Amino acid sequence: MEKKWEEMSSDEKQEALFQRWISPEGVKFASPEAEKLYKERTTRFRDAIQLKKLPDRVPVFLIPSFAPAYYSGLTPHDVMYDPDKIKPAWKKFYTDFQPDAHGGCYVPTPIKFLEIVDFKLYKWPGHGVSPETTYQCIEGEYMKADEYDAFIHDPLYFFYYTWPSRVFGALEPLATVPHLSGLTEMYGVAGSFVPYGLPPVQAAYKTLLEAGNEALKWWGVVSSFDKEMPELGFPAYQAFATKAPFDVIGDTLRGTKGIMLDMYRQPDKLLQAMEALTPMFIQLGVGAAKQAGNPLIFVPLHKGADGFLSDEQFKTFYWPTLKKVIMGLVDEGVVPFVWAEGGYNSRLEVIRDLPKGKTIWLFDLTDMAKAKEALDGIACVGGNMPMDLLTVGTPQDARDHAKRLIDTCAKGGGYILANGAFFDEVRWENLKAIVDTVKEYGVYR
Amino acid sequence: MSKKLVKAIADMREEEALKLVKEMVEGGSEPMAILDAVRQAMAIVGQRYDEGTYFLPELLLAGEMLNQITEVIKPELAKVPEVKRLGKVVMGTVEGDIHDIGKNIVSFMLDVNGFDVLDLGVDISPQKFVEAIQDFEPQVVGLSGFLALAYDAMKETVEAIKKAGLRDKVKIMVGGGQVSDEVRKYTGADAYGKDAMAGVSLAKAWVGAK
Repeated sequence: MEKKWEEMSSDEKQEALFQRWISPEGVKFASPEAEKLYKERTTRFRDAIQLKKLPDRVPVFLIPSFAPAYYSGLTPHDVMYDPDKIKPAWKKFYTDFQPDAHGGCYVPTPIKFLEIVDFKLYKWPGHGVSPETTYQCIEGEYMKADEYDAFIHDPLYFFYYTWPSRVFGALEPLATVPHLSGLTEMYGVAGSFVPYGLPPVQAAYKTLLEAGNEALKWWGVVSSFDKEMPELGFPAYQAFATKAPFDVIGDTLRGTKGIMLDMYRQPDKLLQAMEALTPMFIQLGVGAAKQAGNPLIFVPLHKGADGFLSDEQFKTFYWPTLKKVIMGLVDEGVVPFVWAEGGYNSRLEVIRDLPKGKTIWLFDLTDMAKAKEALDGIACVGGNMPMDLLTVGTPQDARDHAKRLIDTCAKGGGYILANGAFFDEVRWENLKAIVDTVKEYGVYR
Repeated sequence: MSKKLVKAIADMREEEALKLVKEMVEGGSEPMAILDAVRQAMAIVGQRYDEGTYFLPELLLAGEMLNQITEVIKPELAKVPEVKRLGKVVMGTVEGDIHDIGKNIVSFMLDVNGFDVLDLGVDISPQKFVEAIQDFEPQVVGLSGFLALAYDAMKETVEAIKKAGLRDKVKIMVGGGQVSDEVRKYTGADAYGKDAMAGVSLAKAWVGAK
């Protein structure tokens, strides 16, 4: 009789999620060839991660930002304004270049949605930045220095009401919605609902409904893409994503400057706040993986890179809750696909402290030989086709670099060749050269 | 007192540093003495950053302390004679890119190392750079960019400077997250600096300072 989920070990859970992914239910493959490709790719990927046996060859991923739009002669504005343009462009990109997996097509957020909510956190094509370029985050202190106590006390209230009231102009009235703890008796019930009778709050809730409708339209595009790509033989390299608690606070709550000063001015509160976030961000990943039937959860890392923090600061502030999130995912059979953006040369010793065959570490500006040496036998290592080479290099440069990477990192398995940073517009022939090189040169004999 | 202040700032003890500055002002210290201590402390901070014991948080906190101390002694500052600057630098994040933390650090380090810095801000068109060079007459121009789209913007900025007949009047350095020497070649700039201290070294070498 099959074991209940709660009774399984983390190994068994990982195996179960991998099985669901390798042999998914209800997928109508477009052809026997597509089914074969799908099974080969997912198996190859699993073998590269688990470190139990060699895969047939090195898996190759292309992880684009708006590149598929540019590749089809579209601008970021085109695909953000008209979500119907997204799927054909993203499909063409993956089917033309034939990497081993796809990353979904969620990158172009719909502009109509952003306008309905009056999003203040980013500039986007046609709204603060040129229609031809990607969106960019506006650094700021969206959580104030004196709000740690409120945040630690009730992070859910902060995410439901406080933060949205600051980053969505149309949802500003949400800041006036009180805790509903007063409604547990007859005396408090009607009083607790008074805010919902006030025009500004009602307007905010109407915005939520309107935004929800627009989001659902966009979701139709994204989820149909996710359904159709496996049918064409492409597994997804992520079910969804989660984050390191330090980045949650440092990216868009306190901002870079805010969190760095907090390390000096209120270290204890910062640590407590990150602890408060940890269970939430584990659950985010676990829930998504189980729902999607895909064990891979992306974990992009931002503020712990070389130069951002000292060794001591990394070990005290950045790593502990990141490790808790990683282990929380691992315990539930999920595979954290960690993307160490920037350089991690000074972090390699610290991140070795992880169980074998449970994580992927994709590197950007880190020395790949050192990364392989540090994580060999512990984690699957990924990387690095650098941005400058993709953008200004030649196909021969790309081929040579891909071969060097395979020579350096592929031995013994546990390696995925991929780009180290999201790319927009690059020399397309370089992408082709990379994928072709890996398929010829990256075979394990 | 001065020595204590230098140490407090350099060792990142913010509260103590501000307390000392207030005591020094109340005790009648010359604003020059306070500024000198601040400069010495910033030099130590820069050195520690160069050596790899200080990182971005320490540069940010040093900047915060500098701002707060400047606020406290502002009324007295008008009386302080102008210190001769090593040279002039125009800094900016190129067109299309709004990232600025790295650029702000470079501007800050150039300033504490004796340069007169005109920081134009973010999303600066090639034309704005040209105008700034014409008005401010710097020896050095620093182009910052975090996104890959900055490569072309940097190239266009260098070309615009050339077109305006100003290319041989300035030395141009480029820097940023995904910038490298390969990118530098592509843009036509003179040098690539991988961090703030590299930017300072380049600028110093170009103006002939040590």
